[in-house]
Amino acid sequence: MTFVAHGASHADSADAAIALPPSPPAWKWLGSRIATFCLAEIQRIRHDRTELLTRAIQPALWLLIFGETFDRLHAIPTGHIDYLDFLTPGILAQSGMFVAVFYGIQVIWERDAGVLAKLLVTPTPRAALVTGKAFAASIRAFSQVIVILVLARILGVHFTANPLLLVAAALAVVLGSAFFATLSLTIAGLAMTRERLMGIGQAITMPLFFASNALYPVALMPPWIRAFSVINPLSYEVNALRRLLLGTPGNLLIDFSVLLFALVLGVTVAAAILPRLVR
Amino acid sequence: MSPAPAPGPAIECTGLRYRFGDHVAVDGVDLDVRTGEMFGLLGPNGAGKTTTIRILTTLLPVVEGEARILGLDVSKSPMQARRLVGYVPQQLSADGQLTGRENVSMFARLFDVPRRERADRVAEVLHVMNLDDAADRLASTFSGGMVRRLELAQALVNRPRVLILDEPTIGLDPVGRDTVWDRLRLLQEEGITVLITTHYMEEAEELCDRVSLMHRGRIRAMGTPTELEARLGPDATLEDVFRFYAGDSLEEGGELRDVRSTRRVARRLG
Repeated sequence: MTFVAHGASHADSADAAIALPPSPPAWKWLGSRIATFCLAEIQRIRHDRTELLTRAIQPALWLLIFGETFDRLHAIPTGHIDYLDFLTPGILAQSGMFVAVFYGIQVIWERDAGVLAKLLVTPTPRAALVTGKAFAASIRAFSQVIVILVLARILGVHFTANPLLLVAAALAVVLGSAFFATLSLTIAGLAMTRERLMGIGQAITMPLFFASNALYPVALMPPWIRAFSVINPLSYEVNALRRLLLGTPGNLLIDFSVLLFALVLGVTVAAAILPRLVR
Repeated sequence: MSPAPAPGPAIECTGLRYRFGDHVAVDGVDLDVRTGEMFGLLGPNGAGKTTTIRILTTLLPVVEGEARILGLDVSKSPMQARRLVGYVPQQLSADGQLTGRENVSMFARLFDVPRRERADRVAEVLHVMNLDDAADRLASTFSGGMVRRLELAQALVNRPRVLILDEPTIGLDPVGRDTVWDRLRLLQEEGITVLITTHYMEEAEELCDRVSLMHRGRIRAMGTPTELEARLGPDATLEDVFRFYAGDSLEEGGELRDVRSTRRVARRLG
């Protein structure tokens, strides 16, 4: 048995030149890191499913109480579709965002436990680490989305059964959640403590949610909130989900481009800030 | 294949200096660790040991001076340097929500261990760390000593040339400490270069080929434990040497954050 790298022996080889293992190409390590962190997240979920169920309660209540009530009130004009149908994509996006916005807490725990330092000492570029973590957060968000979609179907929400459109909708949720996870990682790098991150997370989730088209059409908003909704990635995620699941008019190219751009920007900023956590 | 760095000591620091604001944590450290030796970096809390290690492991940038791992400049080739190093931080740092095997597998993937070798390599290091029976239990059920051995397994799965351990037995009970020592002796026999920080003199005396005493960011003395003891007198112990160079400042420095985080992790890991 040996712990020493192939091509290298022990002290007697001190003068030998070191044969470094070849580094894989960038696309390969990025894919590998995303897969590694997503797999770890799936394993964590598999070992403890209670969090999935408890986290699904809040979005379920939005659909059951808020959705059902406003569906009967007809207080929000949603064109030719029922309010509950209109609301479902909004709640899908919102539940993903809520999971992702607090993902930084896990990273702060990893900092406290020394796990983050160990991850940063692996040959993983900071951007790949952040991207992997962001997609891992979206795995957790995505698993909740499945619960909500099942509930929505039980409540009689009419959405597509086309598997391709469902896959595209899943992609929108994953991209949106990954962006909000990078936002959370950035806040974690700035806030440094769980308590501050919780406070900031709570302070930003409601404005992001209410200043989006998740609950009502943008046309109903006052102009200043409408202006904010234009730069709110959640609105584009909801637009994409409505287009894909309900077939409402929209421009998927713009929606996905904005989500992708937001994610790249989020990864860039978070990768620059994250190492602060271990200094 | 990447270009081969120049041969030389396993770890080499020249004029290493690092500040946190106005506080100079590392103040012109010169250090060389020979290939295959177990080297102890000793000093009281706040001496600059952890900062030195964080620079060597690329967690902190090299601001002034030079740090090399097997000839590789860590500031110029951080990714390559990380491939050569196994690192175990001060805290008990396993992911309690994953099993022992999953914890090690994750690091095998992050170090790009080829897929066809991965399962065998993970099983091998778990076996060497005497964790076969516990491998498929959640790490949250592990004792402190088991977590430390799990971390060694994580650090070894890449077959590193240099192992860097920051206070590897801090917070462990005597049984846990002994099992970690046993595993470290095994690595010593394998000829892996090990840099270990500790303020347990017994540990340094038991394990280290050479030690250096660090105080207030500077290296105050370096040599084998026997050499350092002989410099003080015929009956001197390593603890006397430690007290001679560190004075009465054992309670100085240290990071409250480290203590708090260690307690939090201990609670989380049960």
